Amino acid sequence: MGVVRPLPEETIPVPADPNEPASTPQSVIRNFCIIAHIDHGKSTLADRMLQLTGVVDQRAMRDQYLDRMDIERERGITIKAQAVRLPWRVGDVDYTLNMIDTPGHVDFTYEVSRSLAASEGAVLLVDSAQGIEAQTLANLYLAMEGDLTIIPVLNKIDLPAADPDRYAAELVRLLGCEPEDILRVSGKTGDGVSALLDRIVREIPAPAGDPDAPIRAMIFDSIYDTYRGVVTYVRVIDGALKARDRITMMSTRTTHELLEIGVISPEPVATKGLAAGEVGYLITGVKDVRRSRVGDTVTGATRPATTALGGYRDPKPMVFSGLYPIDGSDYPNLRDALERLQLNDSALSFEPETSVALGFGFRCGFLGLLHLEIVRERLERESDLELISTAPNVVYTVAMDDGSVSIVTNPSEFPEGKIHEVKEPLVRATVIAPSEYIGTIIDLCQERRGVLQSMEYLSEQRVEIRYTLPLAEIIFDFFDALKSRTRGYGSLDYETIGDQVADLVKVDILLQGEKVDAFCAVVHKDEAYAYGLRLTAKLRKLIPRQQFEVPIQAAIGSRVIARETIRALRKDVLAKCYGGDITRKRKLLEKQKEGKKRMKTIGRVDVPQEAFIAALDTSDDGSKKNQKR
Amino acid sequence: MGFGVYLHVPFCAVRCGYCDFTTYAPGELQGATPEGYVEAALGELEMARGALVGEDRVVDTVFFGGGTPTLLEPSVLGRLLDGVRDAWGFAPDAEVTVEANPDSVTEETLASLAGSGFTRVSLGMQSGVGRVLAVLDRTHRPENVARAVGGARAASLDVSIDLIYGTPGESLGEWQDSIDAALDLAPDHLSAYALVIEPATRMGAALRRGEIPPVDPDLQAEMYEAAEEAFAAAGLTWYEISNWARGEDYRCRHNLGYWRGADWWGIGPGAHSYLGARGDSPATRWWNVKHPRLYAERIADGESPEAERESLSGEQVHMEAVMLGVRLREGLDAEVLRDSARDRVSALVEDGLLDADQAARGRVGLTRRGRLLADVVVRALA
Repeated sequence: MGVVRPLPEETIPVPADPNEPASTPQSVIRNFCIIAHIDHGKSTLADRMLQLTGVVDQRAMRDQYLDRMDIERERGITIKAQAVRLPWRVGDVDYTLNMIDTPGHVDFTYEVSRSLAASEGAVLLVDSAQGIEAQTLANLYLAMEGDLTIIPVLNKIDLPAADPDRYAAELVRLLGCEPEDILRVSGKTGDGVSALLDRIVREIPAPAGDPDAPIRAMIFDSIYDTYRGVVTYVRVIDGALKARDRITMMSTRTTHELLEIGVISPEPVATKGLAAGEVGYLITGVKDVRRSRVGDTVTGATRPATTALGGYRDPKPMVFSGLYPIDGSDYPNLRDALERLQLNDSALSFEPETSVALGFGFRCGFLGLLHLEIVRERLERESDLELISTAPNVVYTVAMDDGSVSIVTNPSEFPEGKIHEVKEPLVRATVIAPSEYIGTIIDLCQERRGVLQSMEYLSEQRVEIRYTLPLAEIIFDFFDALKSRTRGYGSLDYETIGDQVADLVKVDILLQGEKVDAFCAVVHKDEAYAYGLRLTAKLRKLIPRQQFEVPIQAAIGSRVIARETIRALRKDVLAKCYGGDITRKRKLLEKQKEGKKRMKTIGRVDVPQEAFIAALDTSDDGSKKNQKR
Repeated sequence: MGFGVYLHVPFCAVRCGYCDFTTYAPGELQGATPEGYVEAALGELEMARGALVGEDRVVDTVFFGGGTPTLLEPSVLGRLLDGVRDAWGFAPDAEVTVEANPDSVTEETLASLAGSGFTRVSLGMQSGVGRVLAVLDRTHRPENVARAVGGARAASLDVSIDLIYGTPGESLGEWQDSIDAALDLAPDHLSAYALVIEPATRMGAALRRGEIPPVDPDLQAEMYEAAEEAFAAAGLTWYEISNWARGEDYRCRHNLGYWRGADWWGIGPGAHSYLGARGDSPATRWWNVKHPRLYAERIADGESPEAERESLSGEQVHMEAVMLGVRLREGLDAEVLRDSARDRVSALVEDGLLDADQAARGRVGLTRRGRLLADVVVRALA
């Protein structure tokens, strides 16, 4: 944890919020969120706002107060949005600011869009040493489409490497504003933050809902709390919610009793209600976030609204992977842990799956790769599970000649027979990078079956490149490749834009004629041979010799495209076994028998689980894992 | 079942690069002396006698191993052997073996050993090729082996020869030369061991430094097969994976005791002992402290030289019985196996690892291919 700097004397905090929740007029409310790339200092800036407005005193302050979970702290990212009510006086008027936090990663675009929809304005926060990044740009476009008022801010002006003039020029170009419109702040020192709060009050419009209409509140986040059950964050658009109201979720038509309603400042405080334009939380006793979904509209049970607020969408898993416990006896623990996570993560889906190679596990659906990694890490950390995951894959739509259509989320279930066509998800990807890397980025995207859409210079040095790419290509270490080829300067954002027909085939890997489901992959026809060669060569090195010859084949249908052979083991015997060797030999045998329990038998071939794990690990394929996203 | 006594003599003129046994070259003794060792060993024999008093044991086999037992004077070895005889007495046909380095015995010493009651000498020939002997750090000259064999014959001692194959750089042709050289000596018994490079040896260090290539198990398999061919043609029959004898009477009964689960007492530094379950006490194995100085000090203080001991569970005794019994040509009684293991016998026969005729008679024995893959069989059956 870093050092919290004392604030200058003239900004000694105002102690209490003069505006009462539930009766704060819309005219003094300002709802805003902060759009920023991870590392650009959003959390630090938010901390300074908490201090300046007096809602957190300096002693209680800890760095990145709002990022609650350890895992977020370590990765320096914000997964879940929260909303904090901040009092701020301009002139002699007391205003109420609601700062709505936004997740900062590509997988959570939908959550970001709901946070934006709960706001009238957005602070566009850019690191003055790095300039705008692709995801920030994408979120900025989202905010502009939503007609939000944008306040451009360059952060970290205290850094020696800061080049605010240069990056201000980029923002001027993007926003069509004047250079002097761009605020320069330091979240670290607090410099300029007070001026930013003033600008939020002056420039961001007050909410303009109808206070007398039937209640309509939009859910922009939903969190499971062990003690309270689901805590739902809402922005009231029309009408007002009262503490004892009964509410209805408009997408599911389920009705709940309100157990508690309140605001966050920055700890939860129960209130009499929430009025039009206000932001706060509600608790209904529901235990599962899937029953309180982001984007849904909350209305009153007694006088319900007739139309829901727009923009609700079911979370749709885009990336699938099989998760298996390394120790098979952990299977029930994995199921419990997934169920627990799902309470807090409506986008996570899972169903039981059996693999010949890996045993019992679950096919899990995720919003994207980061989501997958977060879930996996939380499972391992919070439930102390050792897991193995299959290579992630996308969803394929396979139409057969007989007119039947199947949706494939597990490559080993890819249908056999006469296939008419296969569709795969397509994304629109945006890469921002220094212009010297244009060539390498184009090479990378071309290798990954990309189609160039446009290229624009943000400034003389930086360029924005747009491609359409198959999602399947993105989830296979694209980000790592981009980072390494641009020396860490390239940033990526993408959104799905539909499906495309592609020449895809299923490649099976066979061990002594038996298919090994864990290595089955759906790949582009041109890539099939390379995939087959890579996997068979890898497995030949990893699988120990057996007492018989073991062929390893890669095949498309019945056509073998690559073959390796593990030669038969000829000698497996200890030459000597006398007095002193016996104990040693027996202990070795005991160890081997223990090890055999962790072996999987494919046909007659004993394969140590380590071999599967190593074969599924792509990190030795030249990509680097665990880079900060 | 018989009772064996093993005497470990922990001295060598030089330590060989592949050796990880309890043995000490002159520079490593830290004040321990052969004289001190002999006194201590006699002291341990006295302790052993006391421990087994009232059990009515007679010694069937004695084996002097090392190290290099023949670094001790024949009279000293005779004194130790007398100690064994005094402790328990010998069975009428007792087998008494001494390991010998071909350089460290003469016609006289061998005659003297025979006179003290030794019946058998095991010569560490290892290879008949000078280049290979040099890699193994063996100091003897190949022609000394023939001299030693002659001396042993003259003294009416049974002769066994030890060979090592798969030494780094050794070719199949060189191994064939060693086989021929050994067979020319017409031994009664042969042991052939595949070289294992243990990490804690000079050879292990050389391997880590990349100075020598790792052993090639495929080449070792070919070498084993070459040995089996040649030995069988010369009238030597295998009776354990690494051991061949000119008829049943020439098998090493002492070593058979290890594989059949007999009791034995190991005397000397680092020596292992085993006593099967007796009355209420479970099967037990223990081993002595390794350094001769510490060993001698313990005994001088009237303390047991034991370093560690283990009591074997029924499961472990069973595991060892399978692991060791499978190595023998006579094989294992299938009745000994657990039901689940017995069910696997036919598959192992089908794989060509177990002998079909033996299986039909209710015994579990290895085929020639199976001998090279014995650990596969043991893992399936133990």
